[in-house]
Amino acid sequence: MKGTLGRAFATPWIWSFVGALAVWLAAVFFTGGYGAGGMLTAALSLAVFTVVVGVGQMFVITLGPGNVDLSLPANIGLASAVAMTVMAGDDGRILLGLAAALACGLAIGAANYLLIWALRIPPIIATLSASFVIQSIDISYGRGLQIKPPPGFADFTNIQVLGIPILAVLTVLFTVGAGLALQRTIFGRSVLAIGQNMRAARLAGIRVNRVRFATYALSGTLGGIDGALLAGYFRGANVDIGNEYLLASIAVVVIGGTSVAGGKANVPGLWGAALFLVLLLTMLNTFGVSAGVRLVLTGLIIVAVITAAGGAEAAR
Amino acid sequence: MTVTSPKLVKLDGIEKHFGAVRALGGVDLAVGQGECLGLVGHNGAGKSTLMHVLAGTASADRGSLTILGEAPAGYSPGIAKKLGVRCVFQELSLCPNLTVAENTRVFHPSLTGFNWRAKAGRLILEKLDAIFPGHGISASDLVQDLAIGRRQMVEVARAFTATDEPVRLIILDEPTSSLDAHTARQLLGFMRRAVADGISFIFISHLLGEVLEHCDRIVVMRDGRTVADADATTFDRDRLVAAMGDVEVHARETRANKGRARGQSPLRVRARPRRQSGIGELVAHEGEIIGLAGLAGHGQTELLLAIFSAAMRADARAEVTASVALVAGDRQADGVFPLWSIAENIGVRSLPSLRQGLLISPRREDALANLWRDKIRIRTPDVHHNILSLSGGNQQKALFARALGSDARIVLMDDPMRGVDVGTKLEVYDLIREEADAGRTFLWYTTETDELKQCDHVYVFRNGAIVADLTSDEVTEQKVIQSSFAEAS
Repeated sequence: MKGTLGRAFATPWIWSFVGALAVWLAAVFFTGGYGAGGMLTAALSLAVFTVVVGVGQMFVITLGPGNVDLSLPANIGLASAVAMTVMAGDDGRILLGLAAALACGLAIGAANYLLIWALRIPPIIATLSASFVIQSIDISYGRGLQIKPPPGFADFTNIQVLGIPILAVLTVLFTVGAGLALQRTIFGRSVLAIGQNMRAARLAGIRVNRVRFATYALSGTLGGIDGALLAGYFRGANVDIGNEYLLASIAVVVIGGTSVAGGKANVPGLWGAALFLVLLLTMLNTFGVSAGVRLVLTGLIIVAVITAAGGAEAAR
Repeated sequence: MTVTSPKLVKLDGIEKHFGAVRALGGVDLAVGQGECLGLVGHNGAGKSTLMHVLAGTASADRGSLTILGEAPAGYSPGIAKKLGVRCVFQELSLCPNLTVAENTRVFHPSLTGFNWRAKAGRLILEKLDAIFPGHGISASDLVQDLAIGRRQMVEVARAFTATDEPVRLIILDEPTSSLDAHTARQLLGFMRRAVADGISFIFISHLLGEVLEHCDRIVVMRDGRTVADADATTFDRDRLVAAMGDVEVHARETRANKGRARGQSPLRVRARPRRQSGIGELVAHEGEIIGLAGLAGHGQTELLLAIFSAAMRADARAEVTASVALVAGDRQADGVFPLWSIAENIGVRSLPSLRQGLLISPRREDALANLWRDKIRIRTPDVHHNILSLSGGNQQKALFARALGSDARIVLMDDPMRGVDVGTKLEVYDLIREEADAGRTFLWYTTETDELKQCDHVYVFRNGAIVADLTSDEVTEQKVIQSSFAEAS
């Protein structure tokens, strides 16, 4: 029994859940138990969007040092506008709109890797410059108008069963699939191998360029679907809708126990980290602290969690 | 050497555990001044671990260490260096992104002033010239651009450089495994001259002939203990092998593929080195073992890599008609995935066949790993342990298992026996012959003549081109060295 517990605490991702639980308890304690369930429901609803892009970012970061997708916010913004325009407020065109968002994200991911591969630009620069281009397209395409989702789609993204958002359930299923893909498919193993030693991976017969291309394309596609879902949930697309997912997508990957040096990834940790980030904001809001203090505290707490997780790993 | 020679270094009852694995179980070892001590034993016998303790890079769980009669407190690599203990480890320790001169400066903080680069360059080149005349290395070369043999030469030469600290004991952990026969001889000759000057050595090698010929005293280790310790003259090859714990004593006769005439079986590889002028090309057929010989770094690895990429996609320089796997010799850079278990490292080349439905089956992966662990005796209690828990030679065996366990019909070997012990080598030779008889093709770059004798056909390389083309009967060390130096005809 003790051994099981010891092993559990040795896994790096457990800390993100511990952190999420702690901030939730703190908030509940402060409100005297009022709104405890509602807080969880809201946290689950919001965490979904971070987890979806977090999965994409996790695969990219696992490719090894220097790999990161900074185009996600712009990608989300453009995909949300594309999805809403294609749906055009019509319930009958929901699937078409989702497909358009996926295609938009896929195209962005593919373009990212083309820049990295053909021009040999470091991924940070490539995805960052791509994001400026995407943003400009979005601005001229959306003309700054807020486009409403079809009512059926907006309702779907907000359905709850016994206080659990249906979207969260679907996302849990999706992350289980992502976990299997990471550890038990050729693609996942290839990503992990490339992240540890790209040269050795090539010499072990792994098609390095194809795998990297697929990874950036996957990240782009997930950004695309996330944009459509966000537009449904917040009842409208706009250019800035993805802005907070630049830092959030990277933060959940790191807090969740994925190695920034590459080659080691962790899917369950994404959930813990996303819940932690959302609940942390909720807690600070219930405390009524000012925006400035909130940012400082968020930063400090993230550092503390990462240190705790890293310390547990070093002690192993 | 007389019995009264003062003891420079003395280790008493050294114990070291890594988790549940006992690496050293109470080892005593002493080295006298101006003595060359040979240290032999199988992969995982504890030789490298013991040397790490002596060099201060690992601390012993129990036991004591005295240098010049004193037990230094808080022993560390820094103190070891001050006391004159230098080491050249198997895992090379140069910074790949720095030049040869800069790496020398890292080792000698006393090189200061505006022209430290020039000073460091002179220092290292002096030693390189003394040990390896005609080495072809420049002080401004980036280490990452040097082939592994030259990196090893720089590493060795750096251990001999002296500024403000004395050089008393040099540990050479398999220094010759990355060197070809010619440079290995240069190093061994220099070592004897340095011994005559009063420097002590601990020399580790799996090439027993080197140890017997060049050491004053030999210590044999087995399973984390010393099992024999006597003057080198009292040993011969058979006694050494027996002490190491080998059932098989004699090197088996080569069993080259005599029954089959060359070119009867289908063509597998046809390749031309990039700098080849004239008609030379490498040809390999199904079921053949083809040797690539010559001094280290003369284009053998380059050609293997060209053949490898030609198998992945069309390439004008090489024609490859079947799937290819590679056994890396430079295991840190080209082979090992450090975060993975032994099983994952073995399975990575065979992922498609490990699937059950869409997913990789852990059961099949374990089965593959366990099969090969038993087949080439990878020393581990559990294939789920991290690959780095293995000693260097055993990691190399895992890389062998990766290639041999795959579906590849052609196996490229880039001097793959670095750090593999005698017993295992003989087993691997047999295994390779067996696989070749079953129709696999092997392209084998090696710097050891014994291994060339296992081949059906040998190509000798010089300056990136094939200069000789020998059948198995013609292969002798002299012939290979002669062709390596002769002007290209």
